[in-house]
Amino acid sequence: MNAPGSSVLARLEAIAGAEHVLAQPGAREACAVDGVAPAAVVRPASPEQVAEVVRFAAAEKLAVVPVGGRSKLGIGGPPQRYDLALDLTRLDQIAHYDPGDLTLSVDAGMPLARLAEKLAAHGQFVPLGAPWFQSATVGGTIASGVDSPLRQFYGTARDFVIGAEFVTGAGALAKSGGRVVKNVTGYDLHKLLIGSLGTLAVLTRVNFRTFPLPALSRGFVAAFATAQGALELRRRIAASPLTPVTLEILSPECARLFAANRPGSLAAPLAAPGAWFHGEQWQVCAGFEGSEAVVARYARDLTRLAGEAGAAGVQIFDEDAQPPVWTRLREGLPLLLEASPAAAIFKLSLLPGQFAAVFEALRAAAERHALACALLARGCGAVYFALLPERNDAAALARLAAAAATIFEIAAAGGGHAALLFCPAALKRSVSVWGPPRAEFALLPRVKSAFDPAGILAPGRFAGGV
Amino acid sequence: MLARLTRELEALLGPGAVLARAEDLILYEYDGSVEKARPDVVVFPRSTEEVSRIVRLANRYNAPIVGRGAGTGLSGGALARSGGVMLVFARMDRILEVDYENLRAVVQPGVVNFDLTRAVEHAGLYYAPDPSSQKACTIGGNVSENAGGPHTLAYGVTTNHVTGLEVVLTDGEIVRVGGKSGDALGYDLTGLLVGSEGTLALVTEITVRLSRKPEAVKTLLAVFESVDDATETVVEITARAITPAACEMMDGWTLAAIEEYVHAGFPRDSGAVLLIEVEGIVEAVAAQAEAVTEVCRQHQAREVRVARDARESELLWKGRKNAFGAMGRLAPSNYVLDGVIPRSRLPQTLRHITALGRENGFRIGNIFHAGDGNLHPIILYDPRDAAEFERAVRTANEILRYCVELGGALTGEHGVGMEKNELMPLLFSEADLELMRRVRDAFNPAGRLNPGKVFPTGKGCGEVRMKAQAEGAPPL
Repeated sequence: MNAPGSSVLARLEAIAGAEHVLAQPGAREACAVDGVAPAAVVRPASPEQVAEVVRFAAAEKLAVVPVGGRSKLGIGGPPQRYDLALDLTRLDQIAHYDPGDLTLSVDAGMPLARLAEKLAAHGQFVPLGAPWFQSATVGGTIASGVDSPLRQFYGTARDFVIGAEFVTGAGALAKSGGRVVKNVTGYDLHKLLIGSLGTLAVLTRVNFRTFPLPALSRGFVAAFATAQGALELRRRIAASPLTPVTLEILSPECARLFAANRPGSLAAPLAAPGAWFHGEQWQVCAGFEGSEAVVARYARDLTRLAGEAGAAGVQIFDEDAQPPVWTRLREGLPLLLEASPAAAIFKLSLLPGQFAAVFEALRAAAERHALACALLARGCGAVYFALLPERNDAAALARLAAAAATIFEIAAAGGGHAALLFCPAALKRSVSVWGPPRAEFALLPRVKSAFDPAGILAPGRFAGGV
Repeated sequence: MLARLTRELEALLGPGAVLARAEDLILYEYDGSVEKARPDVVVFPRSTEEVSRIVRLANRYNAPIVGRGAGTGLSGGALARSGGVMLVFARMDRILEVDYENLRAVVQPGVVNFDLTRAVEHAGLYYAPDPSSQKACTIGGNVSENAGGPHTLAYGVTTNHVTGLEVVLTDGEIVRVGGKSGDALGYDLTGLLVGSEGTLALVTEITVRLSRKPEAVKTLLAVFESVDDATETVVEITARAITPAACEMMDGWTLAAIEEYVHAGFPRDSGAVLLIEVEGIVEAVAAQAEAVTEVCRQHQAREVRVARDARESELLWKGRKNAFGAMGRLAPSNYVLDGVIPRSRLPQTLRHITALGRENGFRIGNIFHAGDGNLHPIILYDPRDAAEFERAVRTANEILRYCVELGGALTGEHGVGMEKNELMPLLFSEADLELMRRVRDAFNPAGRLNPGKVFPTGKGCGEVRMKAQAEGAPPL
């Protein structure tokens, strides 16, 4: 839709109110996906208004992309069509919170940071320590499927999202799951929505189980001359009785980025990095929580295990040093993204037993294509690998495309898979961000058409071209 | 027609893999629920390829297809409600791979839940979901129903431990979804299929996470004079966010019957007990046990006993896990419900259940996963008394209705099956159900895979169940 017909705008205005339908260039550009801007932005005030807008869009065959804090719109394939941005930030209330039951139901447009504040007042939190924390919304975080360092202990959204309310592509208000912590009533449709990039339904509300904030929270950074040493420590921790809440492995290049005090374009500046990260070494960062006796045990055991693994240095940090270290780990993706004008960040899902071979192969691939790189791995198996060209030009794009093919192969050879999470929009013309087609992709259109028969929700953005 | 299908199945699978005589089929017409339905033919596939061929063959005859593990389910999920071909996975019972370094196992669906734990415990590992029937039930059945168990309070239910599946679709195609790593590429089809009660595909291989046994475990038995004191204790344990690995409640009346049967050392004169387990590193377990004990004492626990050793702890758990069997001492049959409520509402709900029982002439027992609000009221009845059975079903439905009113759910771990499908509209709107139907139809367009389950059929559930009963369902 190049120029929205005045009748389209009038209908949207009738639904959401004139001041909540934006057609000026600035507002539209702000919601652009891979350089494609919508013809209008609608900001509904309620799930009912969301449903009305979607019903109208379905009738008019207008393609809709739901947006929240707009921090992760780069994830996914380029949209085939994009007419309307459905801005959910006016749906930003806590609908139901039972601290005594540790359950929560919150609107999709609620910012993560504000939610965290509200829950902290009750000594609780939702373990979504996700990137772009200051600007991201609950709905965007769930729909984009980004994980967080906390998954080491708390799992991913699929482990603590207990239900959802949403609007289907046909404009129907629907739900699945519920507000209780254990429930097998009906299909777990909300699991399909996690990471679906808005291609199945528009999330309007998400139900979570909440968790108690720990009594004490500490951390640990160990430095190693080689990746092997860092991986040996990971292996020793995994074989120990310890269950740290985070366990991250940083390549020297990643540590160097974390050590630099770049203000970047993040919504909130990071605290000064202090002396925690060292750019010449591999680093293992672990967070642990509990009582005085528990954190003392962790500090003692981790220090011993690091020594056994051949660590060059070990630092234990307390609450004061928590923000500089933790925020960098949480904001790893934006920090990597800002390190290059044409950053390409892959997420590889693997088993940790494959790390050694995969790390080596990834580095070799970057070197072969003359690309700077950085690696951030989560101890439970997710590896973020960033290629960081110095310039955003045709030569860089060609090298990225060639390297991408190799990286998808490396992931497959390691028994896992990879997706290209972030990259210059132009690269998406030559590289499928979801990697080579897989057999299960054939099932995705079936699911898609059950939710969105007219194919109006974010068409083309998902795996298999869905 | 049926004879020809049977002959073709025999030709396909060879001798000893097909049952079609009435006296054989009656063994497969019931499960752990109060329902009953007889398949037309039962087959025992040995491989994924055989499952695929059976499905293609059944399609040619338009026959319904139903998968079954050990038949321990409590909602009729593994019953052939419309007859047809039942695939029993008992012969697909191999553990295909154990990856000790990465904590994964790949198993066939017929592997018995506890056998997996037994196979890996030498390495200090175990498979966390532990339904009470874990020594009989299969992992394939657990996947279909998204089974829980006492220790799911801290560790999650089946879906939290399954990372990948191989399934046979209704057209016979073999597909893998998910994988060994925990992250889906594409929609989380593994998450959709786990708990879909056999209505979307037949599961032929499962990749699960294994867990490391904790360094320390303490099992506590807290004895209370009243059910109220016990439930108030659970409310406060939850509100204080002490997360035990398990927190089970048993009311004193049913506990006395259990003790007669298992001699686990439970009191015979209590109002209720809580069986609480805390796990982790030594330092954390000590602190948690102390915190739990303190809360129990504040709520007038007359005794808080810590199991002295693994043997005593095992005995207490044996009592808990065999509780429903012990109920056979009190009445010819029992109906185990499976509602869920917000944990903050436990005391009022238990009081309400007692009152509902009294109004309808039942004494209702309660043995359940208190820590996650998953109730299992047990209604004792005599199946030969049709009027009493009908009253039991009505009481059950009133209890579930109350759970939903409080913001709860119809089933926490047993599944909807053919037990609660008519109650689904209590929780879900027509739009919710329509979307779920569309998803089912996307996988199971002809509706021949496990028909008559999960979705309302339009008939009243009492009516459907009475019919099964009239046909002579055996007492459990």
